[in-house]
Formats: sequence, structure tokens, C-alpha cells
Amino acid sequence: MERVPIVKIGKYLLATIQTDVQDNVALALQEDLGAKIVASRASLVLVDISSLQIVDSFIGRMIGDISGMARLLDAEVIVVGMQPAVAMTLVELGLTLTGVRTALNVEAALAMAGIRDHT
Amino acid sequence: MTLSPQVTPIPVLRAHQDAILDRWIAALKRAGISRPDLRSDADLTRECSELLSALFVGFSSGAMDPTGSGWEQMRSTLRGITLSRGRLGFGPSETVMFVLSLKEPLFSPLDELEPAQRIDAILELNRLVDRLALITSETYQQGREEIIQRQQQEMLELSTPVVKLWDGVLALPLIGTLDSERTQVVMETLLQAIVETGSTIAIIDITGVPTVDTKVAQHLIQTVSAARLMGADCLISGIRPQIAQTIIHLGITLPDVVTKATLADAFITALGRIGQHVVAKRTDQER
Repeated sequence: MERVPIVKIGKYLLATIQTDVQDNVALALQEDLGAKIVASRASLVLVDISSLQIVDSFIGRMIGDISGMARLLDAEVIVVGMQPAVAMTLVELGLTLTGVRTALNVEAALAMAGIRDHT
Repeated sequence: MTLSPQVTPIPVLRAHQDAILDRWIAALKRAGISRPDLRSDADLTRECSELLSALFVGFSSGAMDPTGSGWEQMRSTLRGITLSRGRLGFGPSETVMFVLSLKEPLFSPLDELEPAQRIDAILELNRLVDRLALITSETYQQGREEIIQRQQQEMLELSTPVVKLWDGVLALPLIGTLDSERTQVVMETLLQAIVETGSTIAIIDITGVPTVDTKVAQHLIQTVSAARLMGADCLISGIRPQIAQTIIHLGITLPDVVTKATLADAFITALGRIGQHVVAKRTDQER
């Protein structure tokens, strides 16, 4: 089974979803991410979904779940680079992901993180 | 619907083709539907003779059903004439009467037939012309609908300009009533523009939206939510006092949406978010 790569950069973790994911891949990502956050004591997780073109309610909920799970482990998730079609689909599905932070691209997310770390 | 050879009026009609054409044009002029202001005499004569020869091509097929085979030329000629008339500004009844006024000229040469044959022939031709008129009326309506659809499409395209106000700040001035289809286009255009320009703030200005009901409010909230999911913030500006009142009376709340009274206010807020601010230029005296 393919897995979503999770890269550690300093205090941050970067998970890049590179293709449209199957449900089991999404579940594996959730598990891996939990383990990685604990192991690396990361404070921030960037989930880059800019290559994701198709979502369903399951993947949408998964994104929210990852964020909630990370918060419990004292890390914050920023969802990066959501495509317009994906955003519209999620809104239509009623999944507005309240409380999940978002950024246009990785650069913007890092800028957000930088501001946070300095305050 | 075929006519047996001994009663067929077609040879009689064919012998009088020129007379029928003249009578038809005269009838059109008499009825006042030749509209010389829209169609010149030469064009009218050309149209009439084209249609008449197409009619005789149809007659040669032997069947009297204008929707059947052998009548293709008639249908395409009729369609062409109807559409061009619709574009020129002929009314629907004028266009249909153009075909219906062919009846009398077609009936008059039938004097040469026996009375019994004559009645049969008239009934047959009457049915035929009526069906031709129906085709005309349908085509005319289709032409109109095509125009309306095209205009709707053009309006959709015209009505959703996304303006770049500053590096990282987009504005979307909405004008006119928002319906689901339009909101969909607005949403798509805005989100696409956010990705293309990498803007972090979008201002939706609804000064030009005459009414806001629950549906419109819901659409606005959806757009704002979608933009937020992508990592951009949305501000809504230009809510007029009456509209604010309506929104409250309807019990709509705009949760998590920043609203400003004017586009200028929203712009200043947006600049503040990206760490810019506007200052007045100082004159030499003040220095």
C-alpha cells in the first residue's frame, strides 16, 4: 500500500499528499502522523493537499480529524494549498472545517508559523 | 396521407406556380405583413419563391407530411427564413402569418378541379400549410430561446470581474441579483483568482446587490467558507442599512464573516492584515 510521506523540517512536519488518496491511505496517514508527532515532538504539522483534486466526505472528515488529533497531541495543523474545486466540494458537503487553519501555500504557512513562534 | 393520382391537385398547382407566387406576395402586402421596412421587395420575392419551389420539391415526394422524408429541403428553407426573420425583428404572428397566407393563393387554382376533388384537395392543402405554420412557430421560438440562453451566458461572464486592488488583495464587486447558478460562477471565479494571484484576502462588495435573502446569504457564507479552506480571508463590504435591517429581520447571522460598511473600509482593513497602511502625503509646510 502506498503511504503519504511525512518529512520533518526542524520543529515542523510536512505531509504532502501527492495523488488522490484512497480511504486506507488516509487512515494510514492519520496513524503515521500521530506517531510522528509524538516521536518528533513537533509543534506544527503542514498538510499539503495542493495535488488533491477529488475529495469525498470521508477525506474531508479525515482532514478535520487529523487537525483535532494533532491538537490533542499539542501540535497544530495547517492545511495547505486546497484547490478551488476541493474547497467548493467540502463546503457543499457542509464540511467547513471550523477551527482548522489553512494557508494558500507552504510559504504562507511557514510565514504564519513564524509569526506564531515569535509571539 | 397520399393522394390517388386521379384527384391529385399537384399538376394544376404546378401549372400555376408563377400565379401562386404573385398572389402570395400580393396577399402578404395586403395583410400588411410584408414589412417593407425590414425586408426589401426583392428579398421578399426571393424568400417566397424559394419556399414555393421547396414546397413543390416536397410535393414530388408523393407524401403530404412535411415532417416526413422528401420534405427535408422544405424544412431547412423554412427554418432559414424563420430564423432570419426572427433576427430582423419580425414578430411571432407576422412570421407565422407569412406561411399561413400561402393558403388562399394555393386554393384559388383549384377551381379547375371537380367540386368533390376540390374539397378533398383544399382540406389536404389546409392541413399541410397548418403543419408548416407549426414548424415555423416552433423554429421561431427555438431561435428566441437560443438568443436568451446566449445572453444569459454573456451576462454571467460579464457580471463576475475579479479586481486586484493590491498585491495579495482581491475585490469582487457583485452587481445584480444573486441566484444559485450565478453564485456558483462567482465562487469559481473568485477561488480560481485566489489561486492564480496567491492573494490572502478577498473583498466581496455587495453594494450592487439589490436584495439579500436567506438563499443569497447562504451563498455568501459558502463562498467565504470555501475561500477560508483555501487559506484566504474574505471580507464582505457594501451592506446598505436597509439590507442590514432585512438580514436581521430574516434572522440570518453571518458567523465568522467580517463585514464592513464600504469597500474603502474593507480595503483599509485588508491592508492592515497584510501589514500595510495608508498615510497622507505631508506638504512642505508641515515638514
